[in-house]
Amino acid sequence: MQAGLDTRFPGKLFIVEGIDGSGKSTQLDLLYKWLIAEGYCVFFSAWNSSPLVKKTTKLGKETRTLSPTTFSLIHATDFADRTEREIIPPLKAGAVVLADRYVYTAFARDSVRGNDREWIRKVYGFAVPPTIGFYFRVPLETALERILAGRPELKYYEAGLDMGWSDDPYESFRIFQGKILEEYEQLVKEYNLTVIDATLPITEQQYIVRSLVKPHLKNVLRDPQFHRRRRWLTDWLSVRQAGK
Amino acid sequence: MTKVQFFGAGLPGFQEKDLPGRLIVLEGTDGVGRSTQIALLKAWLESTGFAVLDTGLTRSLLAGRGLKKAKEGHTLGARTMDLFYATDLADRLENQMIPALRAGFVVLTDRYVYSLMARAIVRGAPKEWIQSVYGFALKPDAVFYLKIDLPHLIPRVLTSTGFDYWESGMDFLPGSDMYDCFVEYQSRLLSTFDQLAQQYDFEIVDARQTVNKVFSVLQRKIRKVLPKVAPVVNIQALSMPPEANAKEDTKDVESSLEDQRETIQALDDGQLIEDKLEAVAASSRKSASVGRKAKKKKKT
Repeated sequence: MQAGLDTRFPGKLFIVEGIDGSGKSTQLDLLYKWLIAEGYCVFFSAWNSSPLVKKTTKLGKETRTLSPTTFSLIHATDFADRTEREIIPPLKAGAVVLADRYVYTAFARDSVRGNDREWIRKVYGFAVPPTIGFYFRVPLETALERILAGRPELKYYEAGLDMGWSDDPYESFRIFQGKILEEYEQLVKEYNLTVIDATLPITEQQYIVRSLVKPHLKNVLRDPQFHRRRRWLTDWLSVRQAGK
Repeated sequence: MTKVQFFGAGLPGFQEKDLPGRLIVLEGTDGVGRSTQIALLKAWLESTGFAVLDTGLTRSLLAGRGLKKAKEGHTLGARTMDLFYATDLADRLENQMIPALRAGFVVLTDRYVYSLMARAIVRGAPKEWIQSVYGFALKPDAVFYLKIDLPHLIPRVLTSTGFDYWESGMDFLPGSDMYDCFVEYQSRLLSTFDQLAQQYDFEIVDARQTVNKVFSVLQRKIRKVLPKVAPVVNIQALSMPPEANAKEDTKDVESSLEDQRETIQALDDGQLIEDKLEAVAASSRKSASVGRKAKKKKKT
C-alpha cells in the first residue's frame, strides 16, 4: 500500500476482522493479555477511537447527517490519525501492534453503503499491511443470536438504518450484517486473510491464534526487565513452596 | 444547464445528469485576495439578478469545527489533515453546494480540491493518492487561479494577518524560523499550483494587479460561464432533489410557482439573497434525508 508513508517496519501488526458477534474482540483481548504476560511491548489500537476526530464523528452520528461518502471519509480520517500516532511509531520501535478492526471493516461497510470499491481502497492507500489479518468466520444466524439475544438498543448507523432497507432496527441490522458478511468473504480471497472458525470453543480458537502469532515474535521488542522479573518470581514461588 | 461530471467515481446514488447552477472556483495561495474578490463578485452577481452561495474550506456543519479545533492543537498529522479536509468538502458538497446548484445558484467557492491537493502534495502525499481521494468531487464550471509571486505576496500577508503556522508549513518543515518556513513553504506550494494549473486547465489571473483590475478581469471571464439570463431560482429544488419533486401533486406545484413569484417579488423589493442562503443551510439537511427516503419509496 502507498500514500507517502513508509510501511516497512521491524514491529509486527496483528489485526482481527469479523462481523459483530463473531467473537473477534474477545480473541484479540486474550492475545493481548498473553503477549503482555510474555513481556512483549504491545500497543492496542481500537477502531474509531482517535480523540482528534471523535467529536466530529459523534456529531454526525447524533444528528444523523453522515452520508455514505462522509461516513467513509470521517472513518478514514480517524484511521489516518491512528496510523500516524498509534500504529507507525510503535511498529518503527519494533513493538507489537494489535488492532480491533482494520481497513477491511471500512472496505466491507463502505461498499455495502454504495461507495465505489476502487475508491475506498485508494483512500486507505496509506495503511500499513498487517503481518497477519485474522478473519473470524461465523454463520450469520450464530452472530445475530449472540448480539440480539439481550435485545440491545441498536444505534442508527450501527443498524444500517441510514440505508432505508427497513424501518425496524433489528430487521435492518440483519440485512446489513448479511451484506457485510458477503463482502468479507470476497475480502478474504482478495487480501488472503487468515480464517479462524469462530464457532469453535474460545480456548481452541485462542490456541490457534497464538500458534500462528508466535513464529513472528522472535525479534519483537521485549521489556528488558522481563527475564529478571520472571526469574525473581520463580525463585520466590519455590522459596514459598519450600517454606510450606 | 451544466453537465454533471465528477473527478472519479462520484457520489454514491447521485443520478442527475445536469444541474442548472454554476460552480465557480477561486484558487490561490493565502493572502492573494481571494476572499476580497469573492465578496465583490457576490455583490455584483446578486445585483445582476443571480442567486449566489459562497462557501470555503472548513465551513461544513459536520467537520468545520472539529477540523479547526484539531488545527489549534497543532497535533494534526499530514494524512489525517488531508482526509479531514476531504470530509469537510464532501459534507459541503452534498449539503450546501449541490442543493444550491440544483436550485440554479451560482456557487462561488473560496478554494476547492486543488488547494487541498497542493497542500497534501507539498506535505509528501503522492499525487495519485490525493487525486483519487477527491474522486467524489464535482468538476467545476470554471477555475480561476489568482497567481502571485513571493515578492508580491510577502507584503500582503504582513499587512493583513501575518504569518500563520500552517500556511508557513511549520508542521513539517525543519527549523523554527517562521519567515524562513513561510518562504520555503509558499515557494513549494506555488510551484505545485503551477503544475496543477496545467493539468486542470486553470484560467490564470495575474493577482499582482490592483483589486479593481483583478475584479474586472474576473467579471469578464465569469460572464462567459454564466447563462445569458439569470435563472429563476427554484426554491423547491433547494429542499428536495428532483425525484421527490416529481411526486408532488399539482397543488404543490402551484404553491411552488407561488413561492417563485414571491421570490421574484422579493428580489424586486431589493431584499437580498441572504434569506435564500439561510434557506439553503436549513433545508440542506432535510434534503439529504428526504432524498434517501424518496429513493427508498421508488424501490419498493
